[in-house]
Amino acid sequence: METGTTEADIISTVEFNHTGELLATGDKGGRVVIFQREQESKNQVHRRGEYNVYSTFQSHEPEFDYLKSLEIEEKINKIRWLPQQNAAYFLLSTNDKTVKLWKVSERDKRPEGYNLKDEEGRLRDPATITTLRVPVLRPMDLMVEATPRRVFANAHTYHINSISVNSDYETYMSADDLRINLWNFEITNQSFNIVDIKPANMEELTEVITAAEFHPHHCNTFVYSSSKGTIRLCDMRASALCDRHTKFFEEPEDPSNRSFFSEIISSISDVKFSHSGRYIMTRDYLTVKVWDLNMENRPIETYQVHDYLRSKLCSLYENDCIFDKFECVWNGSDSVIMTGSYNNFFRMFDRNTKRDVTLEASRENSKPRAILKPRKVCVGGKRRKDEISVDSLDFSKKILHTAWHPSENIIAVAATNNLYIFQDKVN
Amino acid sequence: MMLSKGLKRKREEEEEEGKEALAVDTWWLDPGHPAVAQAPPAVASSSLFDLSVLKLHHSLRQSEPDLRHLVLVVNTLRRIQASMAPTAALPPVPSPPTAPSIADNLLASSDAALSASMASLLEDLSHIEGLSQAPQPLVDEGPPGHPIGGAPPSLGALDLLGPATGCLLDDGLEGLFEDTDTSMYDSELWAPASEGHKSSPEDGPGKEEAPELDEAELDYLMDVLVGTQALERPPGPGR
Repeated sequence: METGTTEADIISTVEFNHTGELLATGDKGGRVVIFQREQESKNQVHRRGEYNVYSTFQSHEPEFDYLKSLEIEEKINKIRWLPQQNAAYFLLSTNDKTVKLWKVSERDKRPEGYNLKDEEGRLRDPATITTLRVPVLRPMDLMVEATPRRVFANAHTYHINSISVNSDYETYMSADDLRINLWNFEITNQSFNIVDIKPANMEELTEVITAAEFHPHHCNTFVYSSSKGTIRLCDMRASALCDRHTKFFEEPEDPSNRSFFSEIISSISDVKFSHSGRYIMTRDYLTVKVWDLNMENRPIETYQVHDYLRSKLCSLYENDCIFDKFECVWNGSDSVIMTGSYNNFFRMFDRNTKRDVTLEASRENSKPRAILKPRKVCVGGKRRKDEISVDSLDFSKKILHTAWHPSENIIAVAATNNLYIFQDKVN
Repeated sequence: MMLSKGLKRKREEEEEEGKEALAVDTWWLDPGHPAVAQAPPAVASSSLFDLSVLKLHHSLRQSEPDLRHLVLVVNTLRRIQASMAPTAALPPVPSPPTAPSIADNLLASSDAALSASMASLLEDLSHIEGLSQAPQPLVDEGPPGHPIGGAPPSLGALDLLGPATGCLLDDGLEGLFEDTDTSMYDSELWAPASEGHKSSPEDGPGKEEAPELDEAELDYLMDVLVGTQALERPPGPGR
């Protein structure tokens, strides 16, 4: 982190909307910043649409729970967009305890010519009014306003880690460490509990929910991952409380790699359905795995993100880095997957060609329009000129959050308090 | 080197930390095992155990613990404990016998701090009503390199969340009344040891039976640490 960076500016979530026109970020200070892609102009065909700030608002404020004497962090854990149904944009944003539905809309006209108010808005004395006029709408400078339309509170005892909009566009779910709740967008004072893994006796707790997501097309299906490296697929039609899974995905432990940290590194930090809905991708500490929904006993693909850390697990346990939660994303066609690492590195894996690349998000190496140069970590032996050795990696520079445009090769990478947007080069 | 010079100072700091952190990676393993990176370790040293207990301690000290972090640390601690159990001996000898010097320093300092804080913890906890039948407080650290209590205790309770995150909706009125017990949040409970408790063994004779007594004490300590004994939760409705 650079000197002078406030912790509130640390980006905690990044998400494109369904068209890719908008990109939202949430930060530790509870703010949401939305970027909008500029329309490509006919005059400058080589200039791809750039993203500029569209709206900024304070989504969550720090709260104090007086009953439990606890401060509730305002950090935005997740943002999820609703599909656009009219001129306004809607998104869900959540902190540890409360989900909010925000409406972001444009105002580019304002009414003028009121009868009872003057131009400054002061009330006029009715006695002075001798004629009536019809107010007219006049253009004004574009104003983007964000208003909270719903607040979904008091339904989570534990920390919310995920929200997911259902394909029916009427409901969504929120998941915390032990429970998942289903909400209707119109109803804020009640939610349905659909998963509850809290044991009757908390002494028996050995596993928590780490992420959850609805199937992109089947509104009755969702998955959730756990701290023990398992994924459960549930069907809401089967029963009201989905404590029994329909499918259970788990890869048997590799005995040659077993260590005291096996469970910690198997803990899944993110789970994402492919756009097709046929696969799920999971991220654990060292790998990204792709699972076929029809095969529960092992993933169909495993990608090593930074295997050179395997021999450093104890140190990473000591400094708590082993608990870092990295996210993962699919590209629009589900052919490439991306995830972050340390030293501001992020990795992309092409599922078809099996090629992978390591790139770096840092100001020094990224001038506008510059081409990203692949990076390489040297794991032993002679270090080449361009390589960086494992021991030189900066573990405070972690890329936990990334996003991929739904249809184009545009990616957003959050590096602590900086947001990088990379695009395919125009030929 | 391709990396920026502009961040040189910061990177050097990080490098040093990074180097230090990564360089001592193998100290926690039983040195009897070759090929540290490859061989699945059979026995963890007490330092890894201590580190984990400290992490657990630290995690519990948070006003609202990160449940995932807590569960993972506890599970890891259980694994370590399971691997160390067979090596308990009477009187406890430092095992492994020769740890690297870095490890010695770590062990000495962490043992002292840990035993001191545990002793203080027990002392404070004895004030809580209903704990009058508590076993004798834990004896002190003993020789350096000696893991606390010889055999690590079984980790039972994880009822750490008691009033901390118990929800009004969740437990009904019982939960509400539990919240008013603020003993869990008394700062003395979690503070480092005061002067008076530092290094004096509480009872000589107790020390002879060290392992059993220690185990029971530690069992009890862990139970209280995670709140089972102090805050018995009545079963909630409908659960």
